[in-house]
Amino acid sequence: MENFKTDFEKTLRESNLSEKEIAFKNLNAKEFSKQGFPSRKDEDWKFSDINQIIKKEIGELKFYTGQSKGTDIDEDVLLSEIKHNKLIFVNGQLVKTDFSSEEKSKIEFLDNKNDTIDQSVENSLINLNNALANKSYKLLVKKNYQIKNPLIIYHVSNNKVTSQNINLKINFELEENSSLKLIDLVKDKGNKNFINIFYNFSLEKNSVLKNYKIDQFENNNIRYMFNNIKQSSNSVSETFYLSKGSTFSKNEITCNLKGEYSSAFVNGIFSLDKDKHHEIKAKINHLVENTKSYQLVKSVLENKSRSVYQGKIYVDSKAQKTDGYQLSKAILVDETTEFNAKPELEIYADDVKCSHGSASGSLDENSIFYLMSRGLSYKEARKLLINGFLVEVINQITDEPIKKLIKNLYGLKNEY
Amino acid sequence: MREKELEKLKDYKYGFSTDIENFKAPKGLNEDVIKFISNIKKEPKWLLDWRLKAYNRVKVLKEPNWQKPKYPKIDYQDLYYYSAPKSFKEKPKSLDELDPKLIETYNKLGIPLNEQKRLNGIAVDAVFDSVSVATTFKDTLTEKGIIFCSISEAIQKHPDLVKKYLGSVIPITDHYFATLNSAVFTDGSFVYIPPGVRCPMELSTYFRINASDTGQFERTLIIADKGSYVSYLEGCTAPMRDENQLHAANVELIALDDAEIKYSTVQNWYPGDKDGKGGIYNFVTKRGLCKGKNSKISWTQVETGSAITWKYPSCILQGDNSVGEFYSIAITNNYQKADTGTKMIHLGKNTKSKIISKGISAGFSDMTYRGLVDISPKSSNSSNYTQCDSLLMGNKCGAHTIPYIKNKNANSNIAHEATTSKISDEQLHYCQQRGLNSEEAVSLIVNGFCKEVLQQLPMEFAVEAQKLVGISLEGSVG
Repeated sequence: MENFKTDFEKTLRESNLSEKEIAFKNLNAKEFSKQGFPSRKDEDWKFSDINQIIKKEIGELKFYTGQSKGTDIDEDVLLSEIKHNKLIFVNGQLVKTDFSSEEKSKIEFLDNKNDTIDQSVENSLINLNNALANKSYKLLVKKNYQIKNPLIIYHVSNNKVTSQNINLKINFELEENSSLKLIDLVKDKGNKNFINIFYNFSLEKNSVLKNYKIDQFENNNIRYMFNNIKQSSNSVSETFYLSKGSTFSKNEITCNLKGEYSSAFVNGIFSLDKDKHHEIKAKINHLVENTKSYQLVKSVLENKSRSVYQGKIYVDSKAQKTDGYQLSKAILVDETTEFNAKPELEIYADDVKCSHGSASGSLDENSIFYLMSRGLSYKEARKLLINGFLVEVINQITDEPIKKLIKNLYGLKNEY
Repeated sequence: MREKELEKLKDYKYGFSTDIENFKAPKGLNEDVIKFISNIKKEPKWLLDWRLKAYNRVKVLKEPNWQKPKYPKIDYQDLYYYSAPKSFKEKPKSLDELDPKLIETYNKLGIPLNEQKRLNGIAVDAVFDSVSVATTFKDTLTEKGIIFCSISEAIQKHPDLVKKYLGSVIPITDHYFATLNSAVFTDGSFVYIPPGVRCPMELSTYFRINASDTGQFERTLIIADKGSYVSYLEGCTAPMRDENQLHAANVELIALDDAEIKYSTVQNWYPGDKDGKGGIYNFVTKRGLCKGKNSKISWTQVETGSAITWKYPSCILQGDNSVGEFYSIAITNNYQKADTGTKMIHLGKNTKSKIISKGISAGFSDMTYRGLVDISPKSSNSSNYTQCDSLLMGNKCGAHTIPYIKNKNANSNIAHEATTSKISDEQLHYCQQRGLNSEEAVSLIVNGFCKEVLQQLPMEFAVEAQKLVGISLEGSVG
């Protein structure tokens, strides 16, 4: 914590902020110093003690980012399969903005808009983010505008940073009848950094958000991503996680369904090996009548890896006619793996349909036998079963080109 | 005044209190009180030392606070830790010497202590405040070598067994209420079933809190030796009082090789009045250890009473091939709160567990299922099946499900399902069309909802429980 204090003061001295902003940052820094990193004692972090993990994997963490160094873009990180808009962050610094394929007046990306609105999230990592994120960005999609091509946000780090805490905060606002397709692509070459990303979404009437988070490529960083989504009537949010590459990753999502007929979909895949430890924590708050939520999370675990799913459906006493569904399944491929789940229901209204299910176990020997008797090798049979198991989640993706892209990235053939 | 009392009794028929002279320990929790309890029960030194050790831990422990129902702070110094009918200073040798008032109390509760009057063949150990008042059918049981008596008696007569097993499942290093119980427990039941014996009748304990300002701290210890079987029932009631009373019992079950224990509870403590005033705080620790191979422990509970119920009957499946089961119905009405569920801890190979939980909440109540299924890395080929269903009546109440699922073994399967729903208008309409009034219809539907659990109860309990389910929900619909 000593480290944090000196680094924070240094960062503050070098920045050029208004008094209000300084007060806001000080407040958050104070809160973080008080709480520290969450540990097992916090119910939300019961299965993933990030305090211990940071100590073990990183040791001493640097909070001071200083002037940008080495922020060139390697062209090979960019995706060529799909036409898209770009935001490229290298080591937490924005280096490229490209919305050339969209109508200029309809989409705005603003930086240096320091918002000092307290998100009232009881989470010390958000405090850390608020205190240190050097800029806060805002993306605005204007009324009645449907984005033509997806926006890919590249989260790139290169080997010039190590043991560094990187914070990023973006606010998204989707005005009435607008839509946004957003892909977060993680491409890290940096070593043992702690990356803390906070997204705030505000979805107005009839707007549609599709967010796909792809952590596919092998890296040894520790990652925390928090999506805070507020939805007005008739809005739809779809969030998909491919959770695979990082050493540790926790994706947290909160959906506040504040308008009638709004719906939230959260789907995820964990495909883990080599001591990796990933978690998805979803909280869906049904606050008004006639809202819907759907969650599907599947894990395949190998080689000392561990996945955690914490999902909560909260139904307010006003939220009659809620439809909430939650399913988590896991295949433990070998003896060394672990799956933990806490699927929670908290319900205060009576005319609702809520259910959850959770199942975990090994690969079905009978199915393997069936496939092998038809000429597949054990390895092939296993692969076929695992892919079939996971593809069900990918097929939930409603955007066809992106579905294809993700299948390609994951190495699945399109016939699945 | 009298009429008012009678009016109240309509709602909770066990709400009367017995006017009997009590002999109490001084108020408060301290070493002297513990010594007093130990002394009056003529306990051996090792047990007093054990109690004091637990007490020393209580002093540093904090009450847990993660539970859903919050309660006002309990002043542990303002409670009586020992209360017994005065006539018990010298324990009566037979039923003839027993205070007639006590016999009358139990008759009123429907538990005649006189064996001739009993046709149903259930052996009963009746616990009144802090002491066990009578145990029936002793002779029949003794013939088979079964020990069924109060735990105080067992400490005198079978100290080896008690010393060996007491605290082996719930150690004095456990959580606050369990440790408090270890320090100040007063009485309870003790059961030992010798190897190969199948207990010929149901054993039963009936708990009754009578005196005011008392906490009831019983300790029940059941040991089923190799190849034996026992079915054990527990019932509870308390008078209606405006203040909250604490009940913090510890129940330990131990099943050795091939043994089976079936433990059924119908908990009907005073739930408080319609405005949530009064009622019992039921903070009980129940834990069973399947110590031997092929052993089985099965918990069945019907929870309709208490202002706050906070308990998790658990199974530690240590022996290979052991089986743990948990069947529960929890009903909350008015301002009652329940946070209940189970823990299934799989340690041995090929262990199996099953959890069926049905929660019903009505009025302004709050009902939480909280459970843990933990399959350890060594426990291969194990499986668990969990089903928890909740039924809500009205939108002022809450139903919550908080399962913790930990699978650390690739050869083991865990399946968990939960649903939340309400009684549909179609169902009600169908029943009413056929001549049932709305309350009968609800009772019928709810009984159907609970059927899977009610089936697990021994015959006579099942009948009682079915009625109880109906009564607890009276006035919650319409």
